[in-house]
Amino acid sequence: MTERQRLGGGNAMMSIGLLMLASLVAITLFGTLIAPYNPSETSADSLAGPTAAHWLGTDSIGRDLLSRLIVGGRTTLLITFVAVTLAVCCGLVLGLFCGYVGGLADQVVMRILDVVFAFPVFLLAIAVVAALGPSVPNLILTIAIVYTPRLARVVRGPVLSVKRWDHVEAARSVGVSEFNIATRHVLPLIVSPVLVETSLTLAQTIFTITALSFLGLGPPPPDPNWGAMLSEARQFMELAPLTVIGPAAAIVFATLTFIVLANGLRERLDVASR
Amino acid sequence: MMGAPVALLQVRGLTAQFNRGDAASQVVKGISFDIGAGESVGFVGESGCGKSVTARALMRLAPEGSSLAWGGTVLFKGQDLLQVNERVMQDIRGRRIAMVFQDPMSSLNPVLTVGAQIEDVVRRHTGASASRARKRAVELLDLVGIRDAARRADDYPHQFSGGMRQRVLIAIAVSCQPDLLIADEPTTALDVTVQAQILRLLMRLRRELGMALMLITHDFGVIAGMVDRVHVMLDGRIVETGSVDALFANPQQAYTQALLAAVPRLDVAGKLA
Repeated sequence: MTERQRLGGGNAMMSIGLLMLASLVAITLFGTLIAPYNPSETSADSLAGPTAAHWLGTDSIGRDLLSRLIVGGRTTLLITFVAVTLAVCCGLVLGLFCGYVGGLADQVVMRILDVVFAFPVFLLAIAVVAALGPSVPNLILTIAIVYTPRLARVVRGPVLSVKRWDHVEAARSVGVSEFNIATRHVLPLIVSPVLVETSLTLAQTIFTITALSFLGLGPPPPDPNWGAMLSEARQFMELAPLTVIGPAAAIVFATLTFIVLANGLRERLDVASR
Repeated sequence: MMGAPVALLQVRGLTAQFNRGDAASQVVKGISFDIGAGESVGFVGESGCGKSVTARALMRLAPEGSSLAWGGTVLFKGQDLLQVNERVMQDIRGRRIAMVFQDPMSSLNPVLTVGAQIEDVVRRHTGASASRARKRAVELLDLVGIRDAARRADDYPHQFSGGMRQRVLIAIAVSCQPDLLIADEPTTALDVTVQAQILRLLMRLRRELGMALMLITHDFGVIAGMVDRVHVMLDGRIVETGSVDALFANPQQAYTQALLAAVPRLDVAGKLA
């Protein structure tokens, strides 16, 4: 199999997922540029329906809903990407260390992670945000703490098996150092499950962040975000259903993106490993 | 003892035991042997007789996840390999003593090109630049008889057949011109025709590079014509030692006789089973 086939020969699920991801990434990168209005700018028509000027209408204090959705998405997705990247990095380091080194160090670290893992995600998130206060960095830290144990486990499992493979012993027999064996002869072989888990974690993180924001533990106003928008709009649901449907649909779309991507990746990587 | 020239490797009273909880099982029970520079020595015995563990003791490679404890001394150029620290051992592995494993299908890293895997070892031990290491990798692939080596260096292990992969592993093992090459059942996983090619390759490289060869096998057919001296192992001990010809012509021990009788022979009438 050539490099080209391996990277390009995806399945339908994967293609759809990547397309959806591209739109999310575009919103994250260019959100403030493509939004038609300043998301905090108020106007005289509040809770207006869709018009030529405001495609999705306005919210309770007359702010453009589409602009708020786009810019709010940017906030939500930025937190998600940064937090999950952090969790994946920590998970990789801890999981690789525990799985490869084993023994007492493994036991101690994994038991500590088990304790974190045992808490319900929301309870832990609420506790951390409550202790540190709601801000973007704190939210990122919270999400990273909450999801690190899961990723560490997903990394550790296959490391335990791959480190016993013959090529690892062969590498050791020609003088490769333990660090290089772990990073060059073990790590690259466990990428597939980690990629799939990362995608699923992204989906759950979006959900977690919006839920925390909905509960008032997200990034402080006036910056829009999907969770807070949903919670504000809730009171005017009958008057302006779009104010609720908009952010809700956005959350569903973003979550779905990563679930579709995870499924596509799983299928693709299974085929590649055959 | 060998006489005038000091042996490259002197093993004295080597023991090896696996510890599992309270239970310990000794798999190598105090064996001693020498390997001179450039000499080729065979170790023959059935599965589980301790020959692979003996080989691993020389490189201090314990199977992952096992608690293997070694005893005795393994003097390599006057240095006791069982006593040196891990850093020193890492420098010896691949540089002074290298090993070819039984299963070529699984002994290469599936996600790195074969060229990269050779280059890694060359750079690790010689500090060569990337381009020099690359040149050396192609040379080595050529040396072990891989056609169109420059192009094949960019291929992944799954694009090679079993015999070709064993050649690649041999190329990696001899990349730094070790003093001793340990071949642990190098042909067991291969077709008979390929077996002969790999054995011939090992013989040729030993001659050209002046390496000592420790050949481990359960198959007397593999040993014949390959080695200067044979040690027959049984249950963690060396039970008989001699030249191949002497052993074939006049096996002293009942076990050696039984092993020889177990090899199917084409020149003897009669059917198997």
